Amino acid sequence: MALDDLYRELILDHYSHPRNRGEIPEPDIKVEGANPLCGDELSIYVKLTGTTISDVRFVGRGCSISQASASMMTEQIKGKTLEEARALSGRFKAMMHGEAVPEDELGDLMALQGVRKFPVRVKCATLSWVAVEQGMEEFEAGKGKVAAKATTERE
Amino acid sequence: MLSATIREDFPILSQRMNGKPLTYLDSAATSQKPQRVIDALVRYYREYNANVHRGIYKIAEQATQAYEASRVKVAAFINAPRPEELIFTRSTTEAINLVAYAWGRANVRAGDEIILTEMEHHSNLVPWQLLAAERQARLRFVPFDEQGMLQLHEFDRLLTDRTRLVALTHQSNVLGTINPIREIAAKAHAAGAKVLVDGAQSAPHMSVDVQALGADFFAFSAHKMCGPTGAGALWARYDILDAMPPFQGGGEMIMLVHLDKTTYKDPPYKFEAGTPNIADCIVWGEAVDYLKAIGMQAIRDHEQRLTVYAMRRLGEIPGLRLFGPESPMRRGGALSFELDVAHPHDVAQVLDQDGIAVRAGHHCAQPLHRALGVSATTRASLYLYNTEADIDTLVAGLYTVRNLFSPKTATAPKP
Repeated sequence: MALDDLYRELILDHYSHPRNRGEIPEPDIKVEGANPLCGDELSIYVKLTGTTISDVRFVGRGCSISQASASMMTEQIKGKTLEEARALSGRFKAMMHGEAVPEDELGDLMALQGVRKFPVRVKCATLSWVAVEQGMEEFEAGKGKVAAKATTERE
Repeated sequence: MLSATIREDFPILSQRMNGKPLTYLDSAATSQKPQRVIDALVRYYREYNANVHRGIYKIAEQATQAYEASRVKVAAFINAPRPEELIFTRSTTEAINLVAYAWGRANVRAGDEIILTEMEHHSNLVPWQLLAAERQARLRFVPFDEQGMLQLHEFDRLLTDRTRLVALTHQSNVLGTINPIREIAAKAHAAGAKVLVDGAQSAPHMSVDVQALGADFFAFSAHKMCGPTGAGALWARYDILDAMPPFQGGGEMIMLVHLDKTTYKDPPYKFEAGTPNIADCIVWGEAVDYLKAIGMQAIRDHEQRLTVYAMRRLGEIPGLRLFGPESPMRRGGALSFELDVAHPHDVAQVLDQDGIAVRAGHHCAQPLHRALGVSATTRASLYLYNTEADIDTLVAGLYTVRNLFSPKTATAPKP
């Protein structure tokens, strides 16, 4: 197992220069995600225009994989509809759990595939996705603003 | 320093991890085992495996004798006045739970207080939370200062005639702090309270004398002191054990059983229901013999010198913040730290590639980390088989971490 597989340049770049970091005042969806095993914490804020994600931001603390993955997640789902975001989340999680997924569907997210070789770190990579999915699910069920909580234990 | 040939006693240390020699710095989690301990375990299963205290055939007698001989050795190791005061358990955790369940339920009532500290391992916190909730008792906590030392004036303030028990760690598994048990026990006794000492991190690393400490209960385990996993012990003064109701019910602990009532054996058997962990309890005695032959003071001296060296070398690394007392006299060899450029899990992951085993996380002490204001730390912990070369490998590995996560400020260890 080479360390380069885990700490790809793109991941380290997102870790030291996170995209879309910060809070959104009055978000349509706010989710707090936690990985109880290692203490990674994230809060994700989503602003919607209709069913399109017009803005998404996050704050949090934790390991490089959890923070970089959250940063990449915000880049990927911004501008997508809730349905498209959910589909992407499904593909990402499938890839992280070892399923073959076409590379062009995941783009930059493929940089995280090396994490699969380090099984205890997979939950670090999926935390932001599990959290945002939970938020979207509760939003659609309740048809209103939500403040949800999610943990990787749910996965 | 102890001779580096001690490493040869531990076969696992000659293994390679990820193509590198294993640098084992996680002895606060569990220690490695010398060959003679491994051999003793195999010898038991090959030569005299039998249940204890019942059989009248040769190997059953042999197993019983070995089991009781180990009790004598382990009791003597902490200078217990009588071997019958030593109860074998599964772990330190089980020993503390035994006290919380059996002594606690009989002695702690509504409105009573139990004093703990903010540096406890969860195993010396959660059992008391369970007891306090059941008995409407109250837990009080002694805080620690920025040096990781208990604030004794706070302890003085918390100690009242409502205090039933003071339960605290002898040596912190995160900060390394060695607590002044003797002073605390004297004050607690003057206030009419009992004292429980969590010795999981002290018994392996220093000479322990439960009588000199003034403890009423002392809990510790085999696997952190070169013995096998699955064996622990509770020591308590005989009069306390004699007055305590049993912990678990079943075979081994009974005198006479009728359908409606049962009379129990005397301590320690009253507290050892069911077939015990015969093999591991026997082999614990072998680990005690091994450590005694080296000498506990020699082990403490070795670790203290190594701790001084490690603190100096770690202190050279930019952005590294070490927790716990600065004085090596007041601490053991658990070295927990934070590195500004990387999260503990990333630190441990990168170190693993160099064959370095450290622990990352909250080390079963979440309230302690909350008090430090961090969510997790990286911990390197030392034992008799560690050397200055191990520390050098760790320091080099930490520079690799720094340079991976902060390439623009790349630095190298001093020669």
